[in-house]
Amino acid sequence: MEIINALIQGILVGGLYALFAAGLSLIFGVMRLVNISHGDLIVAAAYLAWTIVQATGLHPLLCLVIVVPIAAAIGYLLQRGILNRTLGKDILPPLLVTFGLSVIIQNGLLQTFSADSRKLDAGWLETKSFEVLPGVAVGLFPVLIFATAVATIWALQYMFYNTKWGRAFRATSDDPEIAQLLGLDNRKVYAKAMAICFGVVALAGVFFAIRANFDPFMGPARLIFGFEAVIIGGLGNLWGTLVGGIILGVAQAIGAQLDPGWQVLAGHVAFMCILTFRPRGLFPRTSA
Amino acid sequence: MADALLTIDSLEASYGDARALHGISFFLHQGETLALIGANGAGKSTLLKCICGLIQTKTGSIKYKGEMIGHLPAYEIVKRGIALVPEGRRLFPSLSVEENLMLGGQVERAGPWKLESLFSLFPILKEKRNLPSTSLSGGQQQMVAIGRALMSNPDLILFDELSLGLAPIVIKDIYDRLADITASGLTVILVEQDVTRALTSASRFMCLQEGRVSLAGAPQEHSRDAITTAYFGT
Repeated sequence: MEIINALIQGILVGGLYALFAAGLSLIFGVMRLVNISHGDLIVAAAYLAWTIVQATGLHPLLCLVIVVPIAAAIGYLLQRGILNRTLGKDILPPLLVTFGLSVIIQNGLLQTFSADSRKLDAGWLETKSFEVLPGVAVGLFPVLIFATAVATIWALQYMFYNTKWGRAFRATSDDPEIAQLLGLDNRKVYAKAMAICFGVVALAGVFFAIRANFDPFMGPARLIFGFEAVIIGGLGNLWGTLVGGIILGVAQAIGAQLDPGWQVLAGHVAFMCILTFRPRGLFPRTSA
Repeated sequence: MADALLTIDSLEASYGDARALHGISFFLHQGETLALIGANGAGKSTLLKCICGLIQTKTGSIKYKGEMIGHLPAYEIVKRGIALVPEGRRLFPSLSVEENLMLGGQVERAGPWKLESLFSLFPILKEKRNLPSTSLSGGQQQMVAIGRALMSNPDLILFDELSLGLAPIVIKDIYDRLADITASGLTVILVEQDVTRALTSASRFMCLQEGRVSLAGAPQEHSRDAITTAYFGT
């Protein structure tokens, strides 16, 4: 029964990892940009939510209606103002600039909020659980995170393959020069994609902040989990990213079951094994 | 020249230190078809890229419908009615046939070309509308590339190497449809390696050699030898 419990908890935490990863996957898919500051942006979104909750007394989940649009606007402006200038044939400038952004965010958060850890309190939502099998209980909040991850990935997938924006994202990803010839301003297309990414980052940040304590230096580990989920699932495949998150979560849960000190290590080992046998991930996008 | 649709004056273009165009000047009236011929590296594709905004020009001018457009980016120029059918088709592999065509129509200029009118012109595309664009044959892909450009309802369309890599029977089919397309008064610049076909399809031609105009005029004004000399430089 313990192993079943570990599996279920691992699957559910995989939803959070998929939320960490979905924005990374989207941005890599659209503009081949690897955002080193992605994890720090998740933590920054958590602090933004914490500030809004402190100021307004809103429930953490309700504050999403404020945090998500603010994050999306910041993402749009960041892309238009800075990141668009780094994109080109050389992959190094975006890596360096987002690395710099990561350092700035961490130190900015440290200066503003100190090194003390914080947490968002969602009240009964965090403690409510129900029994799915005799002796196996699942928390309502982890189920909510998982359901949100599935809904988010479904929505991104739908947007990508069924809307005008999605068509523009795919066309710009395929051939930015020809996309311009058809009237698409690539700078705006990329900024829209980054706005969506930041919306998902905000979602991930708020759920992360409810689930665990956070401090200014927790970003890089979120980035690693996100990367691992994206790469396990296969670059450019959003449903693959969800599967990648689940595999990572399950590996960590089983590792923790064997020895609490092996939790994170087990995730990395699973990642390394999959990379060894499937270097392009489990479900790489094949069309492009 | 005063009422020309497109007037290009002393246009120069470079790739880094290598100059590709040296002071090109010509004009084009509404409804004309200009064949642009020349050997590989003569500057034909560069000239088309300058006109459609993929290369921004610093020296010389490009005037379209009375407006200087040489400094405008490609996504602004297509809104003014200039479309390019690029060399090698360059369809979007992630998009279906219909999505490729719809993307061409997203500038929403008024005109005769819509999905249904394109499907009348190229019925095979209607059958294959939901397939990935790159799963089509070369000729069908060229139809999608032409359709994608037409969907923006241009007044001036630029064809870059229309017949490249296609079987002769397919090339004939494409050129037969081209006559239907241009019958509505569309202005065309046609870059083509098949000189004979280009000259029979055009009312005027311009031959480039190493980035300079080596010969220009109506095809019947010049002898075959003169055109060959202008083409090869020998």
